[in-house]
Amino acid sequence: MGTTEHAKQPVPAEAGSGAGKRLPILKTYKLYIGGKFPRTESGRYFTARAPNGTALANLCLSSRKDFREAVVAARAAVEKWSNATAYLRGQILYRIAEMLEGRRAQFVSELVAQGSTETDATAEVDASIDRLVYYAGWTDKFQQIFSCVNPVSTSHFNFSVCEPTGVVGIVAPEADGLLGLVSNLAPAIAGGNTCIVLASNTRPLCAVTLAEVLHAADVPGGVVNILTGTRDELSAQFASHMDVNAVILCSSDAAEIQATQIKAADNLKRTIVRQSSDWSAPEHQSPYLILDTQEIKTTWHPIGS
Amino acid sequence: MSSRTETMPVFPDLSRVSRVDEVGVEERVARFQKRSIKKESKVHALRLALSMMDLTTLEGQDTAGKVRQLCYKGRHLHDAYPDLPHVAAICVYPSLVRVAKQALAGSGINVASVATAFPSGQSSRKVKLADTTFAVSEGADEIDMVISRGEFLQGEYAYVFDEIAAVKEACNEAHLKVILETGELSTLDNIRRASVLAMHAGADFIKTSTGKVQPAATMQVTLVMLQAIRDYYMETGRVVGMKPAGGIATAKLAIQYLVMLRETLGKTWLTPTWFRFGASRLANDVLMQLVKERSGAYQSLDYFSKD
Repeated sequence: MGTTEHAKQPVPAEAGSGAGKRLPILKTYKLYIGGKFPRTESGRYFTARAPNGTALANLCLSSRKDFREAVVAARAAVEKWSNATAYLRGQILYRIAEMLEGRRAQFVSELVAQGSTETDATAEVDASIDRLVYYAGWTDKFQQIFSCVNPVSTSHFNFSVCEPTGVVGIVAPEADGLLGLVSNLAPAIAGGNTCIVLASNTRPLCAVTLAEVLHAADVPGGVVNILTGTRDELSAQFASHMDVNAVILCSSDAAEIQATQIKAADNLKRTIVRQSSDWSAPEHQSPYLILDTQEIKTTWHPIGS
Repeated sequence: MSSRTETMPVFPDLSRVSRVDEVGVEERVARFQKRSIKKESKVHALRLALSMMDLTTLEGQDTAGKVRQLCYKGRHLHDAYPDLPHVAAICVYPSLVRVAKQALAGSGINVASVATAFPSGQSSRKVKLADTTFAVSEGADEIDMVISRGEFLQGEYAYVFDEIAAVKEACNEAHLKVILETGELSTLDNIRRASVLAMHAGADFIKTSTGKVQPAATMQVTLVMLQAIRDYYMETGRVVGMKPAGGIATAKLAIQYLVMLRETLGKTWLTPTWFRFGASRLANDVLMQLVKERSGAYQSLDYFSKD
């Protein structure tokens, strides 16, 4: 990635006498696809900048081929993740929260570097952790609430149950680089879906660091795939890919929403539009958000005569 | 089609078989994988790959119904996309040859059958020949035989040679593909030697693998076999075909094989007559790429028939 100007570098510590100053190691932010951290196949990068224009880091500018690879990984992970017990999914979500808690300082400093105040950043990280714990608790409870036994006039036992939609594309909100992402990601994976996330383009640092947390938290490879890049290039791909079953678009841009809905119609993709100026608001934490990426399957089971 | 010679096959001088430079093979293969293929050539290559495909089902659980369905798939790869070629052959076990033959009548698609105690080849000569004769009498146009890897590995080259020659004779007019099962031959030198042996014994095609042993076809192994075919052609003037089989599941990989074929053997081999892909999963991936090239959207397996 070459030499990048870097704000907020750690103060170089003096090495032994005569050895000169220690050269700080800059972090390379890569993609997260199928449980691995590849660079973009396109070889393109962009620079994440602080609000005052200082360069923070170079990140991968994902191409549609990276997106395609991510969908392949997500599709491959569907069977195992959707068949995992609700209990296990809850444990893993809780584990993500634990790992995130352990790296709070890093997330706070990344948010601050991207323009948040120290107080806001701390509140955002805390809210993200709490939100993961919240959905961890819901994994083995939402089915009971949303499933039902239906009275029918024939001799059938008729019941409706939730099933995960499958592969969900998430175009994460631009603001709230961490909480916005977690608020959309957690309900989708809690319900047994696998995801491809396009991180915020202006505040991408936390997304890549979150990938490391997910990786360390025993989230199976492919269940969450995280890309960095631009909406202009990728949101159309999220909408048009035939192997994506639902797309969550965090946007208030009417043209973008319409374009996504039109393209998504090709394979009857579930299109969920979410917009918010404050992702910490209580309406962004609800079992109904899990239901957004569930399909209801009704079974007619013959009984007696 | 028939390139059978009236003369008896002659055992080759294996001491003259050149050794394989493994590092060179790796480097050459790495280069084939870096070619940039433009869209128009890609579509052409994908269509060619479809026409070279031996659509295969070799499972203990195969039934007549499954085979009929596969034959239908071979004839109608994806009806939503008009003017697609059909596959080259349907490859089944001998007991299902008759079913496949009926299902493919008039389509121009060949029926290939594995024979000679596939996949291990661990049986007597008599049983293997009977197996072959049975498949041919049921109507197989192509026979995929396995060599006795055990005999080959303990140096009984003459035994393997005689066996191939005998099966070739039992094939009559049917084309003979000889499976080396490269995953069990352990070295590239062995693979080259087995290729030479098979070609001299009368093989119309040499084929990498049964698909039942890992590793199956790799580009390295295929390159060594292609080079053996080239040298054999230089020496005798007879064209021998090549069939990599097993593990080729993506369109991208199939195109890389075609690039390798074109640059090693030349245009003569770029036809279903002399090159085949043995595959069960490849067809759908190629179809998805073709539809993607046309519609612009990446495709899902949900919209393509399984077999």
